[in-house]
Amino acid sequence: MALTENQGDERIHVPPSAGMPVLHKVIFLVLLAFLMVLPFMVYPVFAMKVMCFALFAAAFNLLLGFGGLLSFGHAAFFGTASYVAAHAAKVWGLTPELAVLAGTGAAALLGLAIGALAVRRQGIYFAMVTLAFAQMVYFFALQTEFTGGEDGIQSVPRGDLFGLISLQDNIALYFFVLAVTFGGVLFLYRITHSPFGQVLKAIRENEARAISLGYNVNRYKLLVFVLSATFAGLAGATKSQVFQLASLTDVHWSMSGEVVLMTLLGGMGTIFGPLVGAAVIVTMQNYLATFGAWVTVIQGVIFVLSVLLFREGIVGVISRRFKRPL
Amino acid sequence: MIKRLATCTTALALIAGAPTLALADIDVKLGVLNDRSGVYADIAGEGSVIAARMAVEDFDAAGKGLNVEVISADHQNKPDVGSNIVRQWLDQEGVTAIVDVPTSSVALAVAQIVADANKIFLASGPGSTALTREQCAPTTIHWTYDTAALANGTGKAVTDAGGKKWFFLTADYAFGHSLEENTTKVVEANGGEVVGSVNVPFPATDFSSFLLQAQGSGADVIGLANAGGDTINAIKQAAEFGVTQAGQKLAGLLIFINDVHALGPQTAQGLQLTSAFYWDTDDATRAWTERFEKERGAKPSMITAGVYSSVLHYLAAVEATGSTDGDKVAAWMKANPFEDALLGKGYVRGDGRGIHDMYLYEVKSPDESTGEWDLFKKISTIPGEEAFLPMLPECDFTKS
Repeated sequence: MALTENQGDERIHVPPSAGMPVLHKVIFLVLLAFLMVLPFMVYPVFAMKVMCFALFAAAFNLLLGFGGLLSFGHAAFFGTASYVAAHAAKVWGLTPELAVLAGTGAAALLGLAIGALAVRRQGIYFAMVTLAFAQMVYFFALQTEFTGGEDGIQSVPRGDLFGLISLQDNIALYFFVLAVTFGGVLFLYRITHSPFGQVLKAIRENEARAISLGYNVNRYKLLVFVLSATFAGLAGATKSQVFQLASLTDVHWSMSGEVVLMTLLGGMGTIFGPLVGAAVIVTMQNYLATFGAWVTVIQGVIFVLSVLLFREGIVGVISRRFKRPL
Repeated sequence: MIKRLATCTTALALIAGAPTLALADIDVKLGVLNDRSGVYADIAGEGSVIAARMAVEDFDAAGKGLNVEVISADHQNKPDVGSNIVRQWLDQEGVTAIVDVPTSSVALAVAQIVADANKIFLASGPGSTALTREQCAPTTIHWTYDTAALANGTGKAVTDAGGKKWFFLTADYAFGHSLEENTTKVVEANGGEVVGSVNVPFPATDFSSFLLQAQGSGADVIGLANAGGDTINAIKQAAEFGVTQAGQKLAGLLIFINDVHALGPQTAQGLQLTSAFYWDTDDATRAWTERFEKERGAKPSMITAGVYSSVLHYLAAVEATGSTDGDKVAAWMKANPFEDALLGKGYVRGDGRGIHDMYLYEVKSPDESTGEWDLFKKISTIPGEEAFLPMLPECDFTKS
């Protein structure tokens, strides 16, 4: 019995003691090199948007792909952080890094509060509880003064990093965002490949067994929920600095849906999948903007195709083809 | 880069040698940004693009040495999508003016970016008064309407016409509350009173209990302090309850002709509303509408008409100043009045608020209406000075 337990998931099986496999190191380095030159090839603000959503999707993937928990309310963390960071930078006059930290902290606290209640339920009930809380956050954002209702918080100053480096220039801001998001993704990678990550996988595969082994399952779930919320918040807070605004779009339920789409399209439970998924979706939204109504139609068709033809997502399929965890 | 260099040298050449003004072409690029797939696609959308092109045609831009190009995109009503497109347009594609932009959250984001880039924002679509007040910017020209003008217009005219007792159905968020507050002030200033109001959760599909409260309140007028789908639902259900037949009037505070067309005169009859434009006003508007309809297949909304009118005035400013510099063009637009076939005579105030007459209309009954689009009858004209909020001194950019 104990021996058969391992069969399901060799694609993400990495011995925790081995450090980062060479393949992953190479991919991360290539990715970093690519991102270094990217702002000189495409429009930097667009590239920053992709990176923020990539981090958001990666944070969501931590919860869904590795924790096996499907949250339908991640926009709550993304949006709350975005509002708090925008408010901190605009009204309190904090420097960008402190504003981002403030936003991330708010998302973490909110994650703790929502998570503490939500992880007591499983499956569809868990999803519904998170959705319900996210809707509450949405209405809170709609009604309160400081969020500016449906106008959102506008013209957030870009400020000086550490009070020294001006982020007015798109390229300077780009490297700030690159550092934050790339660091965030590496941190998420580290989490999933730690002993903690192994326990998570054990819980996902067989919760009863993890309990019988003596793990306090709910505490692990809560921790992964808070971590996921925190990084979703980091993404949202960073985004508010890039676009200099926070708006209802960030807390709307469709944002929660979008991040599910990104993660599934890229490959749930893979390391690079969410990044690819985010890049594909954001690129589509951006470059197909001139087609008007067709954006949503094309997005829908792609989603249907991915569910019908490659359920493991883009990276999931590649990963299986090469028999390597990606 | 080369293009930008070329533009710079052209500009330099223009400043240096005024006599050669007519010879050198000025590149003008209009970026029409609006909702092309969602709730505002009917009132703005492709119609605004067509209107912008018609303005370029009618101005005879090519004959006057302006090399004008019109491009468009869908902001999906998302501020981040909109601001991303606008940044790219301004930074990379040499767009000289952003046109339309319904949805206030997107417009407010765009206004700031345009001001930073020192280009022009011709805001026809958005309704938020913040564009010329809390978040006013020197390069924002808020052309067609704002929520205060609509509330003012409808509130004052309806109260003057004998609708003294008001009851509000208010969408329960900041926009709805501010609309109610604005209108309440106007109603009270004109000798009316507000007998009650109810906050309706947003968005709402079922208005029955709220309408019953409104019916039972003894009010003459039911003010709809909401927008879009909410307004349409409220009007539909009011028709089912026979509210207007029973003698109460409905006052729509933010409603466009395309909404009324969708509802039909049977449902919407008796509804009073304020608009800057109605297609069936005179020969000029009818002729323009005919040309427009050939391409669009529908009548123009006031937003569409505003796009046409604002683009005309903008092109005149570019021609006169020989520049696409935001401050220069804005200064010219504010210093010179405009007159065109659609919005008539008007001018732009120092804060960028376009001032022109607004009109109070009532939706015709099915007996009065002779065609699918024969929907409004004019009740009164609201002079521009009365329709819009007074200017905030700190937003008067012509002073400094």
